[in-house]
Amino acid sequence: MKRVSVKMNFILTTILVIGSGFFLLFANNSFGDYWSRIITLIAIYAIMAVSYTLVNGVTGIFSLGHAGFIAVGAYTAALLTLPIHQKAMSFFIQPLIWPLNSIQMGFLPATIIGGIVAAFFAFIVGYPSLRLTGDYFAIATLAFAEIIRIVIQNSYSITNGALGLKGIPSYTTIWWSWGWLLVTIVVIGSLKFSSYGRALRALSEDTVAARAMGINVFRHQLMAFVVSGFFAGIGGALYAHWLTTIDPRPTSLGIMLTFYVLIMIVLGGLGSISGAVLGAIFFAIAAQWLRIVESPMNLFGLKIPGIPGMSMLIFATVFILIMLFWRRGIMGKRELSWQLFYNFFLKEAGDRN
Amino acid sequence: MSTSNLIQDLINGTLLGGLYALIAVGYTMVYGILRLINFAHGDILMMGVYFSFYFIAALTMPWWLGFIVGIVGAGVLGFMVERIAYRPLRSAPRISSLITAIGMSFFLESLAVVVFGGIPKSFNLYPTFFSKILIIGHTRIQVLTFFILAVTFLLMFVLIWLLYKTKIGIAMRAISVDIPTTSLMGANVDNIIGLTFIIGSMLAATSGIMWAMRYPQVQPYMGFVPGLKAFIAAVIGGIGSVPGALVGGFLLGMVEILIVGFFPNLAGYRDAFAYVILIVLLMFRPSGIFKVYSEQKV
Amino acid sequence: MIEISKKKSVLKLENLTIKFGGLTAVDSFNGYLNEGELVGLIGPNGAGKTTIFNMITGIYKPTFGNVIFNNIDITGMKPHVITHLGVARTFQNIRLFSEMTVLENVLVGEHSWLTNFAAQKVLYKHNPKVYRRPKWKPWFWSAVLKTPDYLKMEREMRDHALELLKAVDLERYANLKASALPYGPQRKLEIARALATKPMLLLLDEPAAGMNPQETQELLEFIENIRKRFSLTILLIEHDMKFVMGICERIYVLDYGKIIAHGLPKEIQNNKKVIEAYLGDEVYV
Ligand SMILES: Nc1ncnc2c1ncn2[C@@H]1O[C@H](COP(=O)(O)OP(=O)(O)OP(=O)(O)O)[C@@H](O)[C@H]1O
Ligand SMILES: [Mg+2]
Repeated sequence: MKRVSVKMNFILTTILVIGSGFFLLFANNSFGDYWSRIITLIAIYAIMAVSYTLVNGVTGIFSLGHAGFIAVGAYTAALLTLPIHQKAMSFFIQPLIWPLNSIQMGFLPATIIGGIVAAFFAFIVGYPSLRLTGDYFAIATLAFAEIIRIVIQNSYSITNGALGLKGIPSYTTIWWSWGWLLVTIVVIGSLKFSSYGRALRALSEDTVAARAMGINVFRHQLMAFVVSGFFAGIGGALYAHWLTTIDPRPTSLGIMLTFYVLIMIVLGGLGSISGAVLGAIFFAIAAQWLRIVESPMNLFGLKIPGIPGMSMLIFATVFILIMLFWRRGIMGKRELSWQLFYNFFLKEAGDRN
Repeated sequence: MSTSNLIQDLINGTLLGGLYALIAVGYTMVYGILRLINFAHGDILMMGVYFSFYFIAALTMPWWLGFIVGIVGAGVLGFMVERIAYRPLRSAPRISSLITAIGMSFFLESLAVVVFGGIPKSFNLYPTFFSKILIIGHTRIQVLTFFILAVTFLLMFVLIWLLYKTKIGIAMRAISVDIPTTSLMGANVDNIIGLTFIIGSMLAATSGIMWAMRYPQVQPYMGFVPGLKAFIAAVIGGIGSVPGALVGGFLLGMVEILIVGFFPNLAGYRDAFAYVILIVLLMFRPSGIFKVYSEQKV
Repeated sequence: MIEISKKKSVLKLENLTIKFGGLTAVDSFNGYLNEGELVGLIGPNGAGKTTIFNMITGIYKPTFGNVIFNNIDITGMKPHVITHLGVARTFQNIRLFSEMTVLENVLVGEHSWLTNFAAQKVLYKHNPKVYRRPKWKPWFWSAVLKTPDYLKMEREMRDHALELLKAVDLERYANLKASALPYGPQRKLEIARALATKPMLLLLDEPAAGMNPQETQELLEFIENIRKRFSLTILLIEHDMKFVMGICERIYVLDYGKIIAHGLPKEIQNNKKVIEAYLGDEVYV
């Protein structure tokens, strides 16, 4: 079997990145507003999915708290970019506390701070939770995420409580979201394919053996959890500036969002970064496509009323079917690589020559 | 807080706790046997409430018959969920069944949205006699409250009798200790697991219907939070133990009502109490307040 | 009689005791290993042998008693710290990272060289004159940012891992999934993986289990070989008496958690208590 050389890999990847850049440029200019927004959303979902798969796939600990960190990132960044007069207007139940009420900063620093605050929360949540294993860890992280949500819902002087934040500047463009996705993939990919990533994969298989190999399991899990939290926060910041209004209902930044991202990473293959990206692409496009079944249709003169909730039902069904019959998902634990591509498409041709 | 308020709160706490306890039984039995957090448990409850709602409202059944049919329907549904989604994954990694259970939860919720509609429906289908208010001393109590308490305690006694005095109950408890041995002893594991799901689902649906009578509403997401809290109740009592789940349910209900009673400012955080209790408990006594922790064998 | 050797003591177990509920799995075990020795630990099923390994490596915390490694009391230390200090082990029921390749399995062992700060601290505290001051390096960031010193480290780890694979004759399988290896090579890979942590003391839990006589013979030579090559002190558990008698310099015999005999292979072979303990087990000495 021919191996794709490192140099070739690098060249092809660079070409791919530049090519995607041109595609995005083209999409941005000629696809119209609606699809530009969807393409932006794809990258936001992908950031959430890649960061989630670092924990749930690579590290093999099953968190259900992802939406909590996304929410923290979203609120932090939104509170930092909201125009001061908008804040004064929105916070009519209780005024926003100092210094948040007099800060307004650019999108980039706000996003980064959103990520850092989310990472800090991940540390706070992970530190106690990681003493638990398996489904206890899952349920503890879910509980933490719900606590975060309930606190947001009740802290009127910081988050505007149940009223949520309105009028967030719609800063998130294709460039911001895909740019951050590139950063996310590079960082988490680099982590996965380093000595630390090997340690994570090892402990995901067998913690006892990993300990005996000198891996501080807790530290490594916590580190993965915090990195994941950081990028979840970044995803949340971008999401907030894509939505322009956010609120703490369970269906917006709560368990429902965690479930959406879970669908993406299960579809893509738990533990695969490229799988997570593919899962996000599929999910975002399918969600758009399924809007058809939710809106009224006119089929051969037959008026069919839209069925609200149908898309969610289809997602849930597909999700269960994947779990029952196709648990490895699109990529399994593998990554999309030029080698894989070569083996798949070119090997046969090569063999024949 | 005045005495009459306190009495009121104690009654409400017992009532809410009893409802949690009935749901928690299903969680704890399933976890005891399969080591699976059946996330869909709360949603089976919700489906049971919808079943009885439609049987009464659309098919004009008498209320009590509608309730019974709804409860039986939930039992059948619980059995089917186990059969279709969990049984094939029994030998798969445990986390796979957990993920599937989460998927099943969302499946049932969205199914309810599609079939029954997403808008909450008012659930006052029971005789007006239930809404009568009795005044005892300074305390005002609805007849419904007595009804719910009576049903709750009756069911608990039936359950305990079933588990400890009947052959099938003893088999159910044996299986939660050790599946292979129990099957060696001639019990049909699949049937017992199926039965566990049926009993758990029926109890949850009963609780759900009483819940819907009390807070007269039915909606597709009504099962999720009570379900989660009932799971926490099961953890409090030591997951796997039925008496533990009952006690845990009452404790949790009481704590929720009393904290708000004493500190009305915290009302907005009411739903968070259970989560905080869960986290603290998992940190310091992961096997609940009754059992001792056992070490993993290498 | 055992001659008291003047060699450096590597491991000392003092009154090591552990209770699981009512069961005393190991009861006041006293033993020692000197530098370069190869000592056997035998006993019928359930005697408590693996439990002793688990206590030495920090997986279980002894109820009572101490583990002294290189004159440092390591009782109750975290397993990874103990590994970093120089104790490595294999498992009775092979515990490879089966989804990873053969090479990656060994590289996981190499990872400890980036994360041994806690162990450095222990050593420095133990003897500041001999050991250097602990130095913490942000290897994590270096690894993510792929800095030159990380890349150099990664190359070194890879070279060392390949060298180890060569030593155990598994080099040609380097890129195969660990689970694809036959049973014998899996045992060898587990040893290679343990060696990657650069241990001083190697604990082998039934390395010959499931092997045929020819493989067992090969394993015997292999262990002798690595012992010399990596200057190891070895404690091994084994049921195969021929194997134990052929390779061990001293033997501890355990039954129901207690030492029932200790001595040279010859002495053990003729020990009445040992024969009695084993009679029920259908293993004839
Ligand atoms: N975590 C634990 N909890 C309870 N009992 C345990 C635990 N670990 C070991 N034991 C018990 O301690 C005793 C010794 O077990 P151990 O595994 O050390 O035996 P062994 O000598 O290695 O036997 P074998 O030759 O079968 O491997 C056994 O009775 C076992 O059941
Ligand atoms: Mg053993």
